[in-house]
Amino acid sequence: MKEKLTGRVHRFGDNISTDLICPGKYFHLRSNIPELAKHTLEDADREFTKKMMPGDFVVAGENFGCGSSREHAPIIIKEVGAGAVLAKSFARIFFRNAINIGFLVMECNTDDLNDGDELIIKPSEGIIKDITAGKDIKSAPLMNKMLDILNAGGFKEYVMKTS
Amino acid sequence: MRQNITEKIISAHAGKDVKAGEVVFVDVDWALVQDGTGPLTMDVINDMGKGVNNPSKNCIFLDHASPSSKFELSDSHNKLRENAEKYGMDLNEVGYGICHQVMAEEKVRPGQLVVGADSHTCTAGAFGAFASGFGSTDIAVAMATDRIWLKVPPAIKVEFTGKLHRPSTAKDVILSLIGKLSARGATYKSLEFTAEAPSSLSMESRLTICNMVIEAGAKNGIMEADGRTLEYLKYERPQEDAKDYNLYRSDPEVDYEEVISIDLSGITPQVALPHSVDNVKPVSDIDEAIKIDQAFIGTCTGGRIEDLKTAAEVLNGKKIKKGVRLIVTPASARIYKRALKEGLLEIFMESGAMIGTPGCGPCAGIQGGILGSGERCISAANRNFKGRMGCTDSYIYLASPSTVAASALDGVITAAG
Ligand code: SF4
Repeated sequence: MKEKLTGRVHRFGDNISTDLICPGKYFHLRSNIPELAKHTLEDADREFTKKMMPGDFVVAGENFGCGSSREHAPIIIKEVGAGAVLAKSFARIFFRNAINIGFLVMECNTDDLNDGDELIIKPSEGIIKDITAGKDIKSAPLMNKMLDILNAGGFKEYVMKTS
Repeated sequence: MRQNITEKIISAHAGKDVKAGEVVFVDVDWALVQDGTGPLTMDVINDMGKGVNNPSKNCIFLDHASPSSKFELSDSHNKLRENAEKYGMDLNEVGYGICHQVMAEEKVRPGQLVVGADSHTCTAGAFGAFASGFGSTDIAVAMATDRIWLKVPPAIKVEFTGKLHRPSTAKDVILSLIGKLSARGATYKSLEFTAEAPSSLSMESRLTICNMVIEAGAKNGIMEADGRTLEYLKYERPQEDAKDYNLYRSDPEVDYEEVISIDLSGITPQVALPHSVDNVKPVSDIDEAIKIDQAFIGTCTGGRIEDLKTAAEVLNGKKIKKGVRLIVTPASARIYKRALKEGLLEIFMESGAMIGTPGCGPCAGIQGGILGSGERCISAANRNFKGRMGCTDSYIYLASPSTVAASALDGVITAAG
């Protein structure tokens, strides 16, 4: 896990489903991640992949990633270069999948994070600095088990290292 | 230590007594993948290079693209067939049925622990089993090692009193509960259902209710096995011995995070309006005429024999509205054959419906029955997220199979009489 992440906010609302993140109509592209990733979050914001710069953050409200178990949802958000997803709350399977692929997800109060804000994040301290608004936000700590998995680079890597 | 049923099943699989909040490794009785999540699971298993521990516990289902609608999906199917062969895992072919339905018909036993790379794996909780959905990597590790880690969930108890009255069904019960809880009201939690008169709820109804707990974010839904469960199992699997089942019960006076009481006799037909499953209203409260283009009866929520029977009762001898397409997709080949024998398919055909291959049908926008721009569909499925049925600019309304059938006859959303 990187010590420090910097990037801009791409703002989304509540209940962003896995169908909005990774639409079922591209089901056949799941074996082709670069192609699939061109449609990341397409049904929530058609311009997202054009605006997205490597390192930027996906920021949302409650229940991010609700719906299906498709691991491709966090995989393509990672693939387009997002540094992390920040949300007020996550759906259980999405959260676990993100950690399992070694992708940072942080639960925090995102109410004051606005589209375009510059953020500096220190994952190990759980601190999110909103440079634009001049405000600090604290994220909920990750379960130890999840930290270990994240530090190993993902669950596959964790299992290969530990057994 | 007083424990609820979920804690007891997890304890039995963790080899020690657990309580809500603990993180434990558990032994897995069944691990499943489908054609959307399975190829990635196989990649992870192959990368780890340890093979699979006990292939007889692992099940692969080719159900989401059934039959395949694109060459890429056919290639994915072949990849799963090759890996099934390589590791000796059970492969359920295209047309055999939706994973959760086949698990119910053939595999899950009371007291077991089931994990699957499909969010509706929770369906199996209807047997008094612990069942939950995970992603491809978690299931790859479960298949390779027969174990998975999880946090024991806190429980919400949902007590049913009274009896359902026609035309209301289990689908109306769970829609109304999700409307109350919201789409995240049970996130990370267990929803434990009890009934004053448990035998009044058929196994089909229990499967429908447990199927949709994920729509409130829950980790698992569970109902204790009883006489009705054993009857179902005896009918579906005469070769099994009931002595092999582990019937767990929650201890009296266990604490629940919350207790919700629902009087089944007060449940009326419900509909979830676009684009969220918790946007629930009684059908009787809809005052405008909502015209529909397509009606769909099927899926792991509403494609069981009981669902087809209630829909056929509504459609019997009548014709669907001109301009409406009605798709009926039995959830499994077993159901298809029964519906054929009982004359249900003929009733559907006579009404103007078309019958799909057993599998997920158009539920997730992958094949056969994708909506067009601006179209409205009333569906017996479990999700109405924007774009779910293949078109961003379309509208999905969720209801019971009988409401779907009645709406197909009228051309506007309406409950059966
Ligand atoms: S029928 Fe629909 S909800 Fe059920 S497993 Fe298939 S795609 Fe998922």
